[in-house]
Amino acid sequence: MTFILLPFVEMFYASLRPLDHLFRSPYQFYSDDLSFWAYREMWKTVPMLPRYIFNSFFLASVTSLITLLFVIPAAYSYARFRFPFKNSSLYILLAINMFSGAVLLIPLYKVLRTFGLLNTYQAMIVPGVAFLIPTAIWLLKSYFEKIPIDLEEAAFVDGASRVQILRHIIAPLSTPGLVVVGIYAFIGSYAQQFLFAITFNQKKEYMPIPSGLYEFIGYTTVKWNEMMAASLVGIAPVLIIFLFLQKYIVAGLTSGAVKN
Amino acid sequence: MKQKLKSYNAQTYLAYALIAPAALYIVLIVAWPLLETIRLSFTNSSLAGEDYVGFENYKKMLSSKKFNGIITRTFVWMFFSVSLKLIIGLIGAVLLNANLKGRSIFRVLVMPPWVVPIAIGMLGWLWLYNGYFGIIAGVGMRTGILDGPFGFLAYKQSAFISTIIADVWVGTPMVTVFFLAAMQGVPRDLYEAAYCDGASRWDRFFKITLPQITPVIITMSLLSAIWTFNSFEIIWILTEGGPRGATTTLIIDTYKQALGNYKFGRGAARAVVVMILLTLFAGFYLALLARINKKISHE
Repeated sequence: MTFILLPFVEMFYASLRPLDHLFRSPYQFYSDDLSFWAYREMWKTVPMLPRYIFNSFFLASVTSLITLLFVIPAAYSYARFRFPFKNSSLYILLAINMFSGAVLLIPLYKVLRTFGLLNTYQAMIVPGVAFLIPTAIWLLKSYFEKIPIDLEEAAFVDGASRVQILRHIIAPLSTPGLVVVGIYAFIGSYAQQFLFAITFNQKKEYMPIPSGLYEFIGYTTVKWNEMMAASLVGIAPVLIIFLFLQKYIVAGLTSGAVKN
Repeated sequence: MKQKLKSYNAQTYLAYALIAPAALYIVLIVAWPLLETIRLSFTNSSLAGEDYVGFENYKKMLSSKKFNGIITRTFVWMFFSVSLKLIIGLIGAVLLNANLKGRSIFRVLVMPPWVVPIAIGMLGWLWLYNGYFGIIAGVGMRTGILDGPFGFLAYKQSAFISTIIADVWVGTPMVTVFFLAAMQGVPRDLYEAAYCDGASRWDRFFKITLPQITPVIITMSLLSAIWTFNSFEIIWILTEGGPRGATTTLIIDTYKQALGNYKFGRGAARAVVVMILLTLFAGFYLALLARINKKISHE
């Protein structure tokens, strides 16, 4: 427990302390003038910080929306129909999850370069979506499977069209599932914003928080209190979303992996 | 009516049509690049252009001592990291499964390292490991374990261990949560029967819990091995593979060759080695999963 939480506590503590207290060796455990000063100052030290935050949110939202767009029909199809190669293709999806993006970087880099897409939002969104699709399909499939097929069949026999069934039966019943999968995709794409971002994008105006902050580590004197403050600001949104919805997310993810 | 229902449930073309967009996307962004990487590994591709060079990249790579060192290092790194994750995860899950006060709060508090973007978590660890001002060096100096400032990431051995610890920090919550879920799935009456028979706490753990969750332990160790093998951000942010290559794992080396030096061909050859190893892991994992599924459906 200490092991897990200590880094966060120390990050927060460091963010409250004045810089000259931090730069003392050996380590001082006590500072008497704690303040949120660093949280004000960091906007000056990292002038692009608002932009990074916006980018992170923007990238995560667009990535998760596109993921959902691809995943909803596919997951529905997996949940409802029998067809050749159904199981094998599901296992292939699982296998894709095991490949790190690092293996694909070279061709993707070359293609993005040829099409002049390096240093754009697309360069980070497109590969990001690919790595969210497999798990998202598995998750959403298990939600769709819980909707009794009798309901659909009854409506169909009564003359409802497929579109009507989708709108009036499946959509309302699967909303919780969609929310969970959407959040999974959001957190996932928020978290994955490093590898693709440092590889495919050098432009500051498109950087998400992680790679934006990472740039500052390279400088000779890092203002650690502000760095930690900015990091915590970057962590906060996902942490808050997670705390509110952790029950559903954990249940969804573990049921997928433990049972299947 | 039956006829009508049949047509509702057996529309294969519709099934494929619904999957097609996602499948096409995966083919374009994952499958094609994989094949292209294999092709590139037989060329000397760089920013300047490319020529077919046959197996030269592989010959060079396999005959270099450095590369063999990297492979060994990758597996040693993986072994320690995965074992620690499993051990700590198991202990953590047992504690969280016990009837302790406030366990639901603890269950939530375990999770942050898993949810937080790894890259940002690592910025925190950079500060912790700071040789002059970080808290770990500080505690070391205060207690006299260290006799002066010590940069944990500046020396070969300590950097190796430090990156493992940070990786364990990131990976343990996930393992814990899965073990916990498995433990909660163990039927209650097994414990009750054991309790009536006077089995001790240890007996109950070793003779009921452990055998019952073995499938999950095995799958988690394989999954965890795969993720650890793929781990990039942690090492990259903490050390970029240094000092003097001490933390350069296969993934880091691939990245450095390909996108640090823009030697796409050489990088691709390494990526192919990564692919082969991952395919082996994935094969093991899927075979195992299929066996477990069969077992469950037989019961």
